[in-house]
Amino acid sequence: MANFFTDNPDLKFHLDHPLMQRIVALKENQYKDKNDPMAIGFDYAPQDFEDAMDSYNQVLEIVGEICGDIIGPNAESVDHDGPTLKDGNVVYAKGTQENIDAIVKAGLMGISLPRKFGGLNFCIIPYVMAADIVSRADAGFANIWGLQDCAETINDFADEIQKEKYLKRVCNGETMAMTLTEPDAGSDLQAVMLKAHYDEGKKTWLLNGVKRFITNGGGEISLVLARSEERTQDGRGLSMFIYDRANGGVTVRRLENKLGIKGSPTCELVFKDAPAELCGQRKFGLIKYVMALMNSARLGIIAQSVGIGEAAYREALGYAKKRMQFGKPIIEFPAVYEMLAVMKAKVTASRSLLYETARFVDMYKSLSHISNERDLTKEEKEEMKKYQKLADMYTPLGKSLASEFCNEIAYDALQIHGGSGFMKDYPIERIYRDARITSIYEGTTQLQVVAAIRGVTTGAYLAQMKEYEKEPIKPETESYQRILIHMTEQYEEAEARVVVQNAEFIDFHARRLVEMAGNIIMGYLLLMDVQRNHEYWKTLEVFLKFARAKNAANSTFIGYSNLNDLGKFKYENVSL
Amino acid sequence: MNAFKIIVLAKQVPDTRNVGKDAMKADGTVNRAVLPAIFNPEDLHALEQALRIKDQFPESIITLLTMGPVRAAEILREGFYRGADDGILLTDRAFAGSDTLATSYSLSCAIKKIKDFDIIICGRQAIDGDTAQVGPQVAEKLHIPQITYCEEIQAIDKKKITVKRRLERGVEVVECALPVLITVNNSAPHCRPRNAKRLMKFKHATTMSKHQETGGDYLATENANTHLSIKEWGISNIDCEHVQLGLAGSPTKVKKVDNIVFQSKESKRIDDFDEDISLLMKELIDSHIIG
Repeated sequence: MANFFTDNPDLKFHLDHPLMQRIVALKENQYKDKNDPMAIGFDYAPQDFEDAMDSYNQVLEIVGEICGDIIGPNAESVDHDGPTLKDGNVVYAKGTQENIDAIVKAGLMGISLPRKFGGLNFCIIPYVMAADIVSRADAGFANIWGLQDCAETINDFADEIQKEKYLKRVCNGETMAMTLTEPDAGSDLQAVMLKAHYDEGKKTWLLNGVKRFITNGGGEISLVLARSEERTQDGRGLSMFIYDRANGGVTVRRLENKLGIKGSPTCELVFKDAPAELCGQRKFGLIKYVMALMNSARLGIIAQSVGIGEAAYREALGYAKKRMQFGKPIIEFPAVYEMLAVMKAKVTASRSLLYETARFVDMYKSLSHISNERDLTKEEKEEMKKYQKLADMYTPLGKSLASEFCNEIAYDALQIHGGSGFMKDYPIERIYRDARITSIYEGTTQLQVVAAIRGVTTGAYLAQMKEYEKEPIKPETESYQRILIHMTEQYEEAEARVVVQNAEFIDFHARRLVEMAGNIIMGYLLLMDVQRNHEYWKTLEVFLKFARAKNAANSTFIGYSNLNDLGKFKYENVSL
Repeated sequence: MNAFKIIVLAKQVPDTRNVGKDAMKADGTVNRAVLPAIFNPEDLHALEQALRIKDQFPESIITLLTMGPVRAAEILREGFYRGADDGILLTDRAFAGSDTLATSYSLSCAIKKIKDFDIIICGRQAIDGDTAQVGPQVAEKLHIPQITYCEEIQAIDKKKITVKRRLERGVEVVECALPVLITVNNSAPHCRPRNAKRLMKFKHATTMSKHQETGGDYLATENANTHLSIKEWGISNIDCEHVQLGLAGSPTKVKKVDNIVFQSKESKRIDDFDEDISLLMKELIDSHIIG
């Protein structure tokens, strides 16, 4: 009887953001589906903004109910049982299968896909919100469900026949996989070696080789990155393929035994003359399609991080209220309530960053889909560019900071449980293990920083801070703004000190600078939240206390270091 | 291919599962104002059984029938979201105050008007009255066989239906010819979730009276979107004897309602010493609670 959507007012707050009016109008292209006489079967299209928002709310209530009543309660048995391998095929745990059945019956596959393929045609915000909710219930299951992201990539880049063929199947509940990683190509995807060659006799591409660490590798439809160009070594020789499991040629050789997200099968796949279709243009596999795919997958991981953080915080809060020591609930001790307040501030701040990023993605994606139908106006084109740039900047920033926060929250949540948290008796040990992957997959934090540091060096984050600074605010919140302005100046100084040096020095301090930028941006977002709902002031206050101290530490580190220091950190020079 | 015409009887009830301290009024009657109105849980189990028949035989048609105030249209929409094809709201002031006899009479009259059906499925009982009488009474009035306490419909074809019954001391598998009325237990599978697309499609479905009340265009709704109008039947729509309806047709009179508070009469404190525990074990074994 639990509902993970309605019990969390934060979600509704973000769903009701003022920019939604614009976002939904763009996504629904002025609500034309409803009135299109040719559009048979579109009787679920919204009439107007209010109708669309009402649908988002009600559908998220369904998501919340399934998560509270089915997926959440199944999480423990799924973690325990895990998937199994049978004759080269993956068999899900019983609970996982129940989850999938419920999700499919509720029509929650293909949430963001167009109606003509049977999708719900929702914008990214409610889709990401569903990912946030599902991740709170079971982070491992969030992967199996969240891989419908791949369908988004098919929708963006495949031809009409392929869309017609595959997207309908996804909307009907078939699961997907994003088949990129190989034993020697992890962070460095340019090294992918899985071979694709066109067989003139069979009139199809055939794939040969091995893929590793493939989440839901046994899924019905996969996007596979493979080397289509002979005698090439780098990313420009790679293309993307759609592989249909029904065609055979792939065996699951092994299931990894993992620390966390145990319900989500991580597969080693062997391709032997597996037939596949080319998706989009040859040679654009990595440089265009996988980049797009990774960006939406990263947004999904931000949502997953926030959802796991939410779950961990709630477990800790519940435990701290009930656990009596020294004659009172432990939540009354400063050492405990301080931790809980910071945890809550981190969840709330990273959630605000998540939805800000999702709004940017929504804006540019909707405009880009409209551009396929008609020419955009000059203003619209500029708008699209602006939001795409913002989305590209915020995604690695959000992925790195939210996933690190998620780990910190899970660590503290377990700590609050004391010895009990270390036992298998409470959900927190599972949540703690599940949290760990978020800062690793879809690009480690270190790799996110490589992408995000460009936002520092080009001044793009700074420009955003200045934009936020210009937003009108209520007089009683000006003191918070002053803190943020001060933090911005501190950030500018640190940045100036670093960027004048060489590339190695920038890389050395990159994480510290990105963290500083992220903290300021999250601070501003919370300040905006306070404008809309005053109840966020406490969270903002706690977050600023935390963020200011954190940024001061980073600034001190940077302030007391120079180029000569680097040698002291290098392994070969450590004499002890 | 086989296809079945299924009627599911459903009731909107106050959610007595989340009872707070103000759930009962001082006079001992249910304070409906503070309790949310929900789809009676066992009727949802019944709907799921109907939907499973439809999964197997997609041409089947499920009609939800409910009797209640205009507001009860909510559970018909709920049913549409989960997969029901059609819904009828039996509503009229004349039905007010019905006990189980009057209710089953009204429902059976409505079913006679629907006429064409193979199976009627309903929950065993409603959580507000807990009588478990309406289903069996409807079957009697229609002169059709009934199977109560169903947990699973194991097989069905045009000739017969095979049903697993969950009884107090075990299970029983029975076969029966159609048409038949089945009441479903809460040990049967939960109803599937609401479907997102069906929700968006049917959320605007209303009864005519509600539609006119909110100033909608009567004709436009009727013609453009037939699925958006919920059938609303009053006493003039069904063939019935008025004396058998509502309060007049209800021989049950509530004399008095007592508030019962469950509480343990005695308690015993046992510490975690070996001696205490073995004494407790002995007591539990002697009283056959364990062992």
